[in-house]
Amino acid sequence: MKRYSKNGKGDLFSVKTATILSILVFIMAVGASAFRKDDAPVKEVKWSAADRDSIESVKAFATVYKVLMSPRCMNCHPAGDVPLQGDDSHLHTMAPKRGHDGKGVFAMKCSNCHQETNTPGLHTPPGNPDWHLPPADMKMVFQGKSAHELAKQLVDKKKNGNKDIKKLIEHADDGLVLAGWNPGEGRTLPPVSHAEFKKAWLTWLNKGAYAPKK
Amino acid sequence: MAKITLNINKKDYPLEADPQMPLLWAIRDLAGLKGTKYGCGVAQCGACVVHLDGEAVRSCVTKVSRAVGKKVVTIEGLSETNSHPVQKAWQEIDVPQCGYCHSGQIMSAAVLLREKPDPTDQDIDDAMAGNICRCGTYLRIRKAIHLAAEMQKKTSQG
Repeated sequence: MKRYSKNGKGDLFSVKTATILSILVFIMAVGASAFRKDDAPVKEVKWSAADRDSIESVKAFATVYKVLMSPRCMNCHPAGDVPLQGDDSHLHTMAPKRGHDGKGVFAMKCSNCHQETNTPGLHTPPGNPDWHLPPADMKMVFQGKSAHELAKQLVDKKKNGNKDIKKLIEHADDGLVLAGWNPGEGRTLPPVSHAEFKKAWLTWLNKGAYAPKK
Repeated sequence: MAKITLNINKKDYPLEADPQMPLLWAIRDLAGLKGTKYGCGVAQCGACVVHLDGEAVRSCVTKVSRAVGKKVVTIEGLSETNSHPVQKAWQEIDVPQCGYCHSGQIMSAAVLLREKPDPTDQDIDDAMAGNICRCGTYLRIRKAIHLAAEMQKKTSQG
């Protein structure tokens, strides 16, 4: 027995209304996304239940993980206190040490060799004005981490340099992150472009920053 | 080419140089200070170490433009009378064999002693690992740095 409609007209009306409303919402969403740019500055990030999507988030993190574990990123996020070097991620020749601030020690500070820009020539020191490892009290290790472990670490403010979601999103355009795509002669690039990485990074975070299963 | 002035060993050198030129070229060929040596040219050996505002930079990969407005100190300027504790200890222990790398070795050791007046063997290894010596004088280098630390301590005490 139908409780709400005797002749079915009520049901038909609600179906039509819902369909029209859905189409309107879809058009608005498509219109809004057409004007959104990935490189737009992040003003405010809010998570809502509607944005969360564990499947999309974890899928995007697969790309993020592939990049972060590539030599261009992982070499400066070593498990020990000596940076890694080269496409095979061997220990940095001369064994420079991290130091408390991540900028080296004594006569072996990063900027003693690493200039503000890449030094011309094959396998010469790559450059950046802010070249450093993570500091000793926040090592942010990538080397040896599973996708699950790294995803958890990246959103843990006690392990990620006290970065909230907004700062994490902004970090995609950090100067040292970008340097990974300008590594100097003789070094392979990360497995995807910076734009693809950033898209995956934003998707992972905006969809809830879910960690892949162990 | 550009007109630039480099302050080397407390003296201003007006030079005409490409700002991209390695600092080592300017020190040796334009300022005429030959104590700093060319080794590998790619920041791998440490023979060319000079101080730039007190830091032990490798002058073969440091552009002249980075040194403008800063104080450059070469081996000739480490002390006025070769009396820096590291120089005295180097002489006392008779560290060098061929001597080619020792300008860089001494400049690196001087930074270590400034930052760690009483270094351990590990500190010395950490600080000096980037200075290569083909003659293998590493044990004498370590001994001389310990001696220099003692000399420095005595000087500061008395």
